[in-house]
Amino acid sequence: MTANPAEQLQRAGGRTLARLLLKTGVLFLLLNLAFAQLNPLPALGRISAYNILLPGRTRLPYGEDPARAYNFSLYSLPAMLASHELAAAPVPPPANEYRVIVIGDSSVWGYLLPTADTLTAQLNRSNTTTPDGRVLRAYNLGYPVMSLTKDLLLLTLAHSYTPNLVVWCVTLESFPMDKQLFPPLLQNNPDAVRALADRYALRTAVDDTRLVQRDFFSRTLLGQRRNLADLLRLQLYAPLWAATGIDQEIPKTYVRRMEDLPADPTFAGITKGQLTQQDLAFDVLAAGFEAARPAELLLVNEPMFVSNGVNSDLRYNFFYPRWAYDQYRNWLAAAARENNWRYFDWWDAVNAAEFTDSAVHLSPAGTGQLANKLAAAIVAAAANPR
Amino acid sequence: MTLMQVAALAALATAARFSGLLERPAVRAWILCLSSALVLFLLQPVTGVRQLDYWLPLGTLLMCAAVWAITRPAAQGLAREDTVTATAVATLCVAVSLTRYVPPELRFSTGRAPPPEFVALVLAVMAGLLALTLRHKGRDIASLPTVLAVLALFILLKIEALATLAGSAVRGLTGQDTTLASSSDLRWLGFSYIAFRLLHALFECRNGKMPALTLREFFAWVIFFPALVAGPIDRAARFAQDLRAPLAPADPELRAGLGRIASGLAKKFVMADSLALFCLNEINAAQVNSTGWLWMLLYAYALRLYLDFSGYTDLAIGIGNLFGVRLPENFNAPYLRPNLTQFWNSWHMSLAQWFRAHFFNPVTRALRASPHNLPPALIILITQLATMLLIGAWHGLSAGYIIWGFWHGAGLFVHNRWSEWMRPRMAALAPTPRTAQALQVSGAILTFHYVALGWVWFAIASPQLSWSVLMRLLAFA
Repeated sequence: MTANPAEQLQRAGGRTLARLLLKTGVLFLLLNLAFAQLNPLPALGRISAYNILLPGRTRLPYGEDPARAYNFSLYSLPAMLASHELAAAPVPPPANEYRVIVIGDSSVWGYLLPTADTLTAQLNRSNTTTPDGRVLRAYNLGYPVMSLTKDLLLLTLAHSYTPNLVVWCVTLESFPMDKQLFPPLLQNNPDAVRALADRYALRTAVDDTRLVQRDFFSRTLLGQRRNLADLLRLQLYAPLWAATGIDQEIPKTYVRRMEDLPADPTFAGITKGQLTQQDLAFDVLAAGFEAARPAELLLVNEPMFVSNGVNSDLRYNFFYPRWAYDQYRNWLAAAARENNWRYFDWWDAVNAAEFTDSAVHLSPAGTGQLANKLAAAIVAAAANPR
Repeated sequence: MTLMQVAALAALATAARFSGLLERPAVRAWILCLSSALVLFLLQPVTGVRQLDYWLPLGTLLMCAAVWAITRPAAQGLAREDTVTATAVATLCVAVSLTRYVPPELRFSTGRAPPPEFVALVLAVMAGLLALTLRHKGRDIASLPTVLAVLALFILLKIEALATLAGSAVRGLTGQDTTLASSSDLRWLGFSYIAFRLLHALFECRNGKMPALTLREFFAWVIFFPALVAGPIDRAARFAQDLRAPLAPADPELRAGLGRIASGLAKKFVMADSLALFCLNEINAAQVNSTGWLWMLLYAYALRLYLDFSGYTDLAIGIGNLFGVRLPENFNAPYLRPNLTQFWNSWHMSLAQWFRAHFFNPVTRALRASPHNLPPALIILITQLATMLLIGAWHGLSAGYIIWGFWHGAGLFVHNRWSEWMRPRMAALAPTPRTAQALQVSGAILTFHYVALGWVWFAIASPQLSWSVLMRLLAFA
């Protein structure tokens, strides 16, 4: 018995649906397998609207309120770098450019500072020229987390842009060994961290459980959907970056850095007399000097807030007890002398009124003071290369 | 609706279509009625008021039942079929409230439902009232007060200050802190669309055009889940026709339905949501550093609005197709229209048609028949301005929406006068096809920009900021 036309069409519909589901399923599976096998994320990260259709960012993508800052934190190092104005810089630098890459923490990135007032922006605005007539052009490769390993990673990435000089602003908080792999940026780039550790024989624990281990599923398209979406979001914020020049929401009011301090004599849980040089990542610092070659590296112990409030006899500020910071400065100065590093200890170079919400975040004026000193040091370094 | 919710509903619709359950119209009406009632509870946003995310969907169902009873033809009382439907829907409501005893992830309501015995008591009282209404032969006299009640509720929800006040009152009833009240306390899923379907029923009843629907059909029409969140606003007679017709063969329906769903997903979740990241809003409007960029953000907003809304419409039409319901189109390439009148014939068409049928046409007829012998131009001005002001108010009773309505009302009037003035001149000129095409293109560009500038009032809540943005866009500031 043959089915009537309506039944035939119903069956045809069922067959269409079955075919559709089967093809979709097979295609989806293949796509996921191919994605896991090929790992196209780094290549995709290099495709960017920044510097081609729209201006590059003057500092690396970072932020927690994308709707207001048009910026957010992601883990793709290629995408972060591709969105930066450095990615459009000619290699090697033009004959009249003296290229300086500045790395460091949030004070270099410019937390609570508009893009026009960051350290590198003020350096560029100073129109500083080297004795041979090259114009100083500084690039901000700071990133607002404290870890020397993070700085080293960014330095190695920026190295292909052939800087003439690297400026590395550091503070004790970036040194503790157990903080080296603290930033999620590092934890989500385990291969890059292991490559660094291998290359420079770092003491960083490459088997640290904080480094994200990717199983097969997390390498598939489905597993990487969040990272893929981040790549797209970074591009979608490009128009608003271009339209507003804003990459950080700066609140009108904020809690000022702590003046009165807790009566806590410890640093990172360590009491006086127990801190050793081995607890600090001096090996990462040394690796930085090696990684910067052939460019010179100028090391700066960045300015910090020195409190006069309650318990200021015990601590300099919220971050540091006096004993730990003094010890750190001694070790850093000794290492610089021993290794013939170009080193500037500007820990107290900016007056207390110019610190904003933390002991290392500077106001525009405070950043200006630092920029002036740095510009002079850069000119000196350019005049007397080692 | 989230992507997962849309995917789940589309999958359920597809499964229902191929299960063979939808073959019989009566079963289809059952499935649509009960699934829509359930979706009403499932999609209701969480509110700040305890248990209100249960009472609001229940309120929708009770309002539907009341309006159904009022609009039911006088000759028809309560049929057995309607009693069964009412019992089934009431049972579903009690069943949803029973999920208060299970873990939150297994609940059918977004918050914790009230105790089932209390729900049952409310339902019993309402059922009694419904039965009394249906016994009353002259029940249509209740239609005008009901229209006013629905409108009053609509106004209450659309005026932020009133909604906050009402939120405070409801918080008081539940013993919550009234100082925390806000207008979002009364976020009522799909109320704007449901209210307009109910008003349509009441108006059609007064005009004697309302078809006799069973309670099941009435529920299926008013709370039809694919059209719950963003329309379209279907007419009762047309919907019932589809519901009662035998299902069309699955193959073409499936292709059409899944195609529209795919188009809707791409428009809403890929394009519109991407554009949302950089389209004009209150924050970036004040930050943009050049007029050129301001225009870009405005274009992005215009596109986003269209893609978002027409994406939802595609999803509704696509899922509707799977159930054999051909919902009306809501958009027809509106930004390519050569004048504002044609724009409004192709933008949110079901809402525009609703206002045309229930406000513009009756008011125009009344003014024409007026003993004051008003000039035609004045009648057009009054009706177009009033209609567009009401459409603006439908989106929200705030200054921005009202000015947006005025913007379009004035634009429509100017276009009407302009086309009246041009018609004889154009006939005398007899333009060549190329000239006519050039006029069409320039008309479309002009119309798009007029509409886009109007969106400034829509995108930015503050009229002062909207005005300053408008001045910047027009290079006066």
